[in-house]
Amino acid sequence: MIEAKNVNFYYGNFQALKDISMVMDDHTVTAFIGPSGCGKSTFLRLFNRMNELIANTRLTGECLVNGENIYQKSIDVTELRKKIGMVFQKPNPFPQSIFENVAYGLRVDGVKDKHFIKQRVEESLVSAALWNEVKDKLKKSAFELSGGQQQRLCIARALAISPSIILMDEPASALDPISTSKIEDLIHVLKKDYTIVIVTHNMQQAARVSDKTGFFMLGTLIEYNDTRKMFLNPEKEETQNYITGRFG
Amino acid sequence: MKHTEEELIFIKEELSQMWRLVLSQVEKAKQSFLNNDIELAREVASREKRVDSFELKIDSDCENYIALYNPVAIDLRLVLSLIKISSTLERIADFAEGIARYVIEDACKALANDLKEELRVETMFDTVIEMLSDSYVALDSENTRLSGKILSKDETVDEIYHNAVKILANYLRNNPSEIECGLQTILVMRKIERIGDHCSNIVEEIVFYIDAKVLKHSNDHE
Repeated sequence: MIEAKNVNFYYGNFQALKDISMVMDDHTVTAFIGPSGCGKSTFLRLFNRMNELIANTRLTGECLVNGENIYQKSIDVTELRKKIGMVFQKPNPFPQSIFENVAYGLRVDGVKDKHFIKQRVEESLVSAALWNEVKDKLKKSAFELSGGQQQRLCIARALAISPSIILMDEPASALDPISTSKIEDLIHVLKKDYTIVIVTHNMQQAARVSDKTGFFMLGTLIEYNDTRKMFLNPEKEETQNYITGRFG
Repeated sequence: MKHTEEELIFIKEELSQMWRLVLSQVEKAKQSFLNNDIELAREVASREKRVDSFELKIDSDCENYIALYNPVAIDLRLVLSLIKISSTLERIADFAEGIARYVIEDACKALANDLKEELRVETMFDTVIEMLSDSYVALDSENTRLSGKILSKDETVDEIYHNAVKILANYLRNNPSEIECGLQTILVMRKIERIGDHCSNIVEEIVFYIDAKVLKHSNDHE
């Protein structure tokens, strides 16, 4: 379970997140929607401590994963990021073979057993719905793949180190409709084994793939609700205005 | 199969279950009316709520589907058709219940069986049951070739109804003491005639879904 308790986040003097509290259950897909600059990506990145890489930022409140505050001093950030994988907007494969891209995390983690690595690479590519397309060219460069395939490769890379949570920051916004559809189908399948949090500009994508949706505006979580409720009869007028395109 | 397709198949299966229930309601309404079977009529009346529940559930599922998945083309036509067909099936079930209520509240025991035969009530019932059953097959098999045949049966139903009005008018002139029962019979036949009209509406929705043709308010029923 992922939980935020009274989270405030600042870039210098600018407050990007204002008193956010929410709970995301295991094996669900949660989508964050909202206009640009509303804080949804900032909030997502808090959960694998990516924002720490940015200078002059400050966090108050608590971010908990399975009841543990991930910002307490005893937390090893590398271990944390093994449990919480991330997929970015633009596919970012490493300049290596398809196989080595997926094996990368395991090798960094010190795994030497070749048989295990091979097995894990295959499992991850199968889970990312890419295996059938690449099984005969695992030694080829990852850059030879299409954008949609590269993104699924990045998902396979994230899966290889057996995370329990996958954060996705607009994973399909750079892809064509067919590749987008494959990513969405994949998200639907992956939620059986993983907890997924996705930031998307595409409201319909949120509607299609998620169980719960959070609507952010100006750093505030305006509404967090079941996706069906959110898209059929939202509780807040601001949500209704946003999802019907009346503003934003 | 994509999960959006699975959702559509799920709603379609719900509609199939509703269809089978409504078909059984009409068949039982027929038996209860022809045999003055009050117990069977009570069963029809008591099962009406199940039909209503199906309609509400299908409405809600279709609303969710539109809100979440923005269907287009054949998927949009299917969802729109499912909403309209479930609403029409519910109306048909209302008519079946109405017929059952006549049997429960004031059975026309006085109306002789040979008169019922002359009025062709049973044929009328059988024809609308065939229409309902064939239109289910048309949707299930996604085949509109049956549509012309089903729509032409509605003409048979209308013809039986109009003849029955004339026959009953003559009969009641000679047997004024049976006027109440005669009126009830014609009201029942009117309900059967309306079931036929609703079956035609269902066929039009199926043609809209499968062939993207609008038959409503047109004479293109071939």
